[in-house]
Amino acid sequence: MSEGTGPAQRVAIGISFGNSYSSIAYTTGEGKAEVIANEDGDRQIPSILSYVDGEELHGGQAKSQIVRNAKNTVAYFRDFLGQEFKSIDPTAAHQSAHAVQHESTVAFKIRDTEEEKENEVTVSTITSRLLKRLRQSASDYLGKQVTAAVITVPTNFSDAQKDALNKAAKEAGIEVLQFINEPVAAVLAYDARPDAKLADKIIVVADLGGTRSDVAVIASRGGIYTILATVHDYEVTGLKLDQVLMDYFAKEFLKKNKSATDPREDTRGLAKLKLECEAVKKALSIGSSANFSVESLVGGIDYTATINRTRYDLLGNKLFAAFSRLVLHAVEKAKLDPLDVTEIILAGGNAHTPKVASTVGAAFPETTTVIAPSTNPAAINPSELPVRGAAIQASLIEEFDVEDIEQSTHPMVTVTPHLSQAIGVLCISGDESSGVFHPIVDAETSLPVRRTAIIATPREGGDVLIKLAEGSRHIKVTKPEPKPKKEKAEDDSDDSDEDESDEEEELREKTWKVGKILSEAAIRGVKKGGKVEVQINIGADLGVNAIYREVGGKGGVRGIIQGGKAANGSA
Amino acid sequence: MATVQVSLPLPVLPEGWTAEKDFKPIGSLSAANDRNIEPVGHHFLAHARRKRHKRTFSEDDRIQAQANVKKVEDEDDGEISEPEDPLMLQREAKDWKGQDHYAVLGITKYRWRATEDQIKKAHRKKVLKHHPDKKAAKGGTEDDQFFKCIQKATEVLLDPVKRRQFDSVDEAADVEPPSKKDTQKGNFYKLWGKVFEAEGRFSTNQPVPKLGNDKSSKEDVENFYNFWYNFNSWRTFEYLDEDVPDDNENRDQKRHVERKNQNARRKKKTEDTIRLRKLVDDALALDERIKKFRQAEHAQKNKRRLEKEAEQKRLAEEAEKAKAEEARLQAEKEAAEKAEKADSKKAKEAAKNAAKKNKRVIRAAVKDANYFHASGDAPASQIDAALNDADAVIVKLDNEQIAALTAKLNGKKDAAAITQVFKDEVKSLVAAGKAQEGELKSLS
Ligand SMILES: Nc1ncnc2c1ncn2[C@@H]1O[C@H](COP(=O)(O)OP(=O)(O)O)[C@@H](O)[C@H]1O
Ligand SMILES: [Mg+2]
Repeated sequence: MSEGTGPAQRVAIGISFGNSYSSIAYTTGEGKAEVIANEDGDRQIPSILSYVDGEELHGGQAKSQIVRNAKNTVAYFRDFLGQEFKSIDPTAAHQSAHAVQHESTVAFKIRDTEEEKENEVTVSTITSRLLKRLRQSASDYLGKQVTAAVITVPTNFSDAQKDALNKAAKEAGIEVLQFINEPVAAVLAYDARPDAKLADKIIVVADLGGTRSDVAVIASRGGIYTILATVHDYEVTGLKLDQVLMDYFAKEFLKKNKSATDPREDTRGLAKLKLECEAVKKALSIGSSANFSVESLVGGIDYTATINRTRYDLLGNKLFAAFSRLVLHAVEKAKLDPLDVTEIILAGGNAHTPKVASTVGAAFPETTTVIAPSTNPAAINPSELPVRGAAIQASLIEEFDVEDIEQSTHPMVTVTPHLSQAIGVLCISGDESSGVFHPIVDAETSLPVRRTAIIATPREGGDVLIKLAEGSRHIKVTKPEPKPKKEKAEDDSDDSDEDESDEEEELREKTWKVGKILSEAAIRGVKKGGKVEVQINIGADLGVNAIYREVGGKGGVRGIIQGGKAANGSA
Repeated sequence: MATVQVSLPLPVLPEGWTAEKDFKPIGSLSAANDRNIEPVGHHFLAHARRKRHKRTFSEDDRIQAQANVKKVEDEDDGEISEPEDPLMLQREAKDWKGQDHYAVLGITKYRWRATEDQIKKAHRKKVLKHHPDKKAAKGGTEDDQFFKCIQKATEVLLDPVKRRQFDSVDEAADVEPPSKKDTQKGNFYKLWGKVFEAEGRFSTNQPVPKLGNDKSSKEDVENFYNFWYNFNSWRTFEYLDEDVPDDNENRDQKRHVERKNQNARRKKKTEDTIRLRKLVDDALALDERIKKFRQAEHAQKNKRRLEKEAEQKRLAEEAEKAKAEEARLQAEKEAAEKAEKADSKKAKEAAKNAAKKNKRVIRAAVKDANYFHASGDAPASQIDAALNDADAVIVKLDNEQIAALTAKLNGKKDAAAITQVFKDEVKSLVAAGKAQEGELKSLS
């Protein structure tokens, strides 16, 4: 592909390239992201290529080849790209073409031509071929050749991995305008909705995908996003959930067919079992029960069964609990408290599972909103979150020069000072004469920043004092009154369990602690019932420029607090 | 960004608050943290536009900008994994019950202390190395036994219930209590500290108090032993169960094994409780601090007794002293009184003598005054009357008056003057009502 395509001729889409599924999306003229269905009608396109007598199959068609043509089917390879063979985990790919070492990197030995011989096809080439198919699907749908894309990547994708992906994309005729982080794309997908309100929030994006789970804690401040902490896990996965169902159905099958082979011990049986279990799992996201039905599961025996959602919830319980522990762990890593989390966006295909949402929700206080299909009818399809974010970003930068994009994503621009403490005013409340802190700018806000607050005054108006101060969030824990011991149960054996469940929960609240006082200002002669407007500008050098005035009044007070720090790029 | 609405009112300006232009800077902002903002969304692009000002940045700028940025991705700590013992690599997966799961994952230095995160990391490390596909790539066999051992170890250790069952019987994590001899070499805290730390892993109540050292307070030490004497252990012995036959044919046999297992578990649990109690007894017996506290208590008691005795003695001495002082004062008083008495007696005697003398002088004066006879020798009657009257005057006078009269008479030889003194005396006696007018004829 020539470098010649200028910004004007670009056709850019968003691509989410996952280990299990990929998606493509574009942004309409009205600025709305639309996910594109491929020629099979799929919006979640399995990231799989399969070769049958030289013909390349992609997506759902390739996936079904795992049963008959596993050796020439390549799946679950995204995380191998740009990695050395010794540092990849080949487990997920073990049921299709095995990963092999190629020089120091990864390849697959497959028969990908009509010729009767196996070729070592590198993961870069496979990726490139897959991206080409995605590009083709998008081009067919849009009726014009797609030339560029914003592609989402996990937050821990290394530079080497990005370089490899960039090269593979270029091979496929796609100019990568930008790689953006998956969780941030998810947040963007929500914030780009027309009814979205800009507010300071702590957002956790918890992604339970096919081969990994990823959690990111993000400070969202006036539309600027900062990742505070991440957690990556390769044990709590969609494949493991499938496995839980596979074990269940295999056992049920064996109960019915005492002399049959365990389908898990049979390559084809295993592949069929797996495909069907994933389908059952998906069906249980909507229905309260689902049918399992496989022709000739093993040894020519057909098998059908049903399972209800409660059973699945129970079977998967350990994994759901482990996932919610990961989410808590990420919050802890960000040095935050669950009470700090405004919302949790559940992402990844398994976020469709109601029990995932309820388990995570139960681990957080009621003040935290969990956004998933089962908790919120307005939730965006969790499988589509990254690709929608990517499409939106693509539309924003589509017309930028490469140079421009490069400069804008430069650390000189992206590295900024962030407030370590909240900044706000001291107000009067009934009991505390010393003043109650009310934040105006939250901690972890990127500088420079400007914020305005409108503050009430005493009932009679008059002269008021505006104290600007730093505040730190404090978690107030109130222990419940110890309940009088219940009478001993007759049966002593389970009393340790009982003690635990008996224990009343302590009450935890978010409060503010007043820190350093920054300045004092007076507004005189405020009208009865008048309000005061405070506008604060904080520079990257930590200098504060504040303007105080009565709303609707004349004049005002202006004050400057000197900054000290020689800030990055503040010149 | 939406305006922040604050409904709590601002405080009233304090009386006398002033500042130039009504603004007073007081403090400066706390240090900020450099972090990476995500280059997405139109708010970011607006920021980028403002920040760039058509500037281009050099590689140097880039390095500079990133110098202090807070990292959010973990570095890979190669530390986690330990190399495998070659014998272990030959294990059969079906013997998983006998395997040391921590050794299989290479985290024997953590064992029960390993976090979920560490187990996962260790597992991944082992998978990267031992996945059968990796061996196949090296031209090795498709032998996946050890890989299966790894999977089994992970399955056990990542399942909280199964992990407790394994940890309950993980002998490699046990720390044997030291012998009495070793303890007495002065290593009590080090040796027993480890024992209690290891035993503490079975505690339902966490955190477990620490053994401490020779500086621990009595309260801490008492809490420590109380904790251990009331130990609440989750330790269970299921892991050592005999396998229960899995077929439905042999129900009785199944029930029999199950019952046997139940009994065995119970027995082991009881033994373990006894073992722990003995262990705590032993530690307590060897704990120098207990002796020290007891001695200190004794010393305290003794001290209090001695103090009490001393106080009593002091009080007794004081009472004695007071008594002696009182006696002394009494004696002094008596002596003084005696002396006074003696003095007044003398004075009286002296006065008496003086009075005698004075009376003599007075009588002599009467003679000198020629018995108040005008001239010539006084007749005997006159002499008698004069002497009687003088005596009568004397009787009417007290000693002092006598002395005064004597003083007036002293040295006077003239009869008329003397007579006049007497007459004056009589007059004053009459005036005082002590004599009648004309009672003393010779002087009237
Ligand atoms: N509707 C659904 N209900 C439950 N699980 C789903 C659903 N759709 C997809 N999944 C599961 O989500 C996982 C794929 O997640 P996804 O985020 O799309 O992929 P990736 O692994 O590529 O990041 C798979 O385990 C899949 O079975
Ligand atoms: Mg994903």
